[in-house]
Amino acid sequence: MQAKTLYDKLWEDHVVRTDEDGTALLYIDRQLVHEVTSPQAFEGLRLAGRKPRRVDANLATPDHNVPTKNLDQGISDPVSRLQVETLGENCDEFGITEFGMGDIRQGIVHVIGPEQGAVLPGMTVVCGDSHTSTHGALGTLAFGIGTSEVEHVLATQCLIQKKSKSMLIEVVGKASPSVTAKDIILAIIGEIGTAGGTGYAIEFGGSAIRDLSVEGRMTLCNMAIEAGARAGFIAVDEKTIDYVKGRPYAPSADQWRQAADYWKTLHSDDGATFDKVVRIDAAALVPQVTWGTSPEMVVGIDASVPDPDIIDDAVRADGMRRALEYMGLEANTPINAIQLDKIFIGSCTNSRIEDLRAAAEVVKDHSVADSITLAMVVPGSGLVKQQAEEEGLDAVFLEAGFEWREPGCSMCLAMNADRLEAGERCASTSNRNFEGRQGQGGRTHLVSPAMAAAAAIYGHFVDVREL
Amino acid sequence: MEKFSPFAGVVCPLDRANVDTDAIIPKQFLKSIKRSGFGPNLFDEWRYLDHGEPGMDNSKRHTNPDFVLNDARYRGASILLARENFGCGSSREHAPWALADYGFRVIIAPGYADIFYNNCFKNSILPVVLDAEIVDGLFNKAGDDTALHIDVDLEQQQLRVGDEVIGFEVDPFRKHCLLEGLDDIGLTLQHVDAIDAYEERRRRQTPWLFA
Repeated sequence: MQAKTLYDKLWEDHVVRTDEDGTALLYIDRQLVHEVTSPQAFEGLRLAGRKPRRVDANLATPDHNVPTKNLDQGISDPVSRLQVETLGENCDEFGITEFGMGDIRQGIVHVIGPEQGAVLPGMTVVCGDSHTSTHGALGTLAFGIGTSEVEHVLATQCLIQKKSKSMLIEVVGKASPSVTAKDIILAIIGEIGTAGGTGYAIEFGGSAIRDLSVEGRMTLCNMAIEAGARAGFIAVDEKTIDYVKGRPYAPSADQWRQAADYWKTLHSDDGATFDKVVRIDAAALVPQVTWGTSPEMVVGIDASVPDPDIIDDAVRADGMRRALEYMGLEANTPINAIQLDKIFIGSCTNSRIEDLRAAAEVVKDHSVADSITLAMVVPGSGLVKQQAEEEGLDAVFLEAGFEWREPGCSMCLAMNADRLEAGERCASTSNRNFEGRQGQGGRTHLVSPAMAAAAAIYGHFVDVREL
Repeated sequence: MEKFSPFAGVVCPLDRANVDTDAIIPKQFLKSIKRSGFGPNLFDEWRYLDHGEPGMDNSKRHTNPDFVLNDARYRGASILLARENFGCGSSREHAPWALADYGFRVIIAPGYADIFYNNCFKNSILPVVLDAEIVDGLFNKAGDDTALHIDVDLEQQQLRVGDEVIGFEVDPFRKHCLLEGLDDIGLTLQHVDAIDAYEERRRRQTPWLFA
């Protein structure tokens, strides 16, 4: 039998039919729904007189617009409020389960899906959100879609797809304890570029990936899209199966063994071939910091801001100059000399309990620097928040001078009231440092939770390996 | 969906690589629950000098004279010329909605982010991929004092630039859907028996997915 990649297996198990030209109808097991990219899809169903094919395959929660403080006052922005209310009305009308504001299970879709066991190994998972790649950490084929496709999945439980090329990114060796999943994925993006994965589905493998916890793997797969790949995934192992066990939507006891036996087959076979293979040495990696306006503009904490004058490629040098101007940075400035204004710990990349523990460990018994105007922690879900509070992490952050907020996407994309003002510089555990992403004129540096926490204490970037 | 027929249009050159969907349509405009009306806020942060919010009267705002969309040469442009990795970032379909609402029907670039590329076809926008050198040549021509016009023929898979004919590749299925203005959902529902059969098989093989 021909050796198959994990991608081959996930793909083949979900093909309903294939045309001669390779265009396939792919079955979707789970759709996660949020308020921003779904209203037009539900409206489309209504206009066409269609109904969702399988309401039980959908799970909804508001996350992008929700406020992270004073929840008792509701959403003050009427446009945001209407969007969140519209999600509630649509879910009611069509019979879709929604974890609404005030429900302890509410949170960022990409945090609550795995947390609830609503995302299981071997599934195809979609959401009208590019960071759906997160769920590949559980050995799923998970990718972001547009609103027309959200409607398509609601109506048909399928998508029209063509198979992507396959890439294996093998991270070999052992990473230093201060080098996290976030640093690994930023280094990968720095290596292959933000378009390096375009047209590919990426499998992450190698000893440094197997060493990661399932939550770390989520951080890694989350940013596959920042490397250009719609989907990034990791083979199922014992850690994956242990993670799923006992979660509310996990298989019942009588189906557990059958499910787990199937999940154990979800890895690339020995001898399987990929269209492209990239190898990264984990031992050589250091904590990463982005300096520009694209995630590929990234260097190690021990480096300096690069100099566009020594770059031959004119389009690239031009992009670097534009980025430096936007970021208000001079070439050759040491990264650890960059002073920050705000600190954001949160987002679908880094808002899970392990992220908060890592940040709290750095923060414990220290105070936020006077020069930092706002340092905030936004847990990924109500349940993450509750767990953190049970562990006393909220007290660690509050005593140090951080704000402890309610769950949501918050300042990752600044659709709610949490945002940077023009010219403000932020160390952020989120995933995008695009111009204006965290607020018009705001300047974002992407880092791991420990690096963001350390920057909060010192007021500038520091190497967490030296703390 | 509207059928994609041959047309001639003015080319607007946007000379930046890695243009992301946050730049194409900033997040504050994503709060709309409609599919239309995004055109006036296309590239909002580059196009205007003041900060835009939903509901503002855009005709009263200060436009940025240095941004291409505000250049008189490119008024009424329907073809956007762009650089590598156009449309990267967020999956927001609001990006192609904004481009279409503004009047763009074709984008020409050396490459696109996958989700954006896919979203274009759902909105009667043709994203043409050309070699970086050819795109470079078009940027040179589009920067002239008089606007560059290109004839677009999807059926023939050709762009006509003056006397020059440039061929391009496009997936046959997507081409067919654009030319005929087909609704994807309608097409898929023709295969409802196959979906039923698949579900029945999977119910037996992986019952926990149907619990």
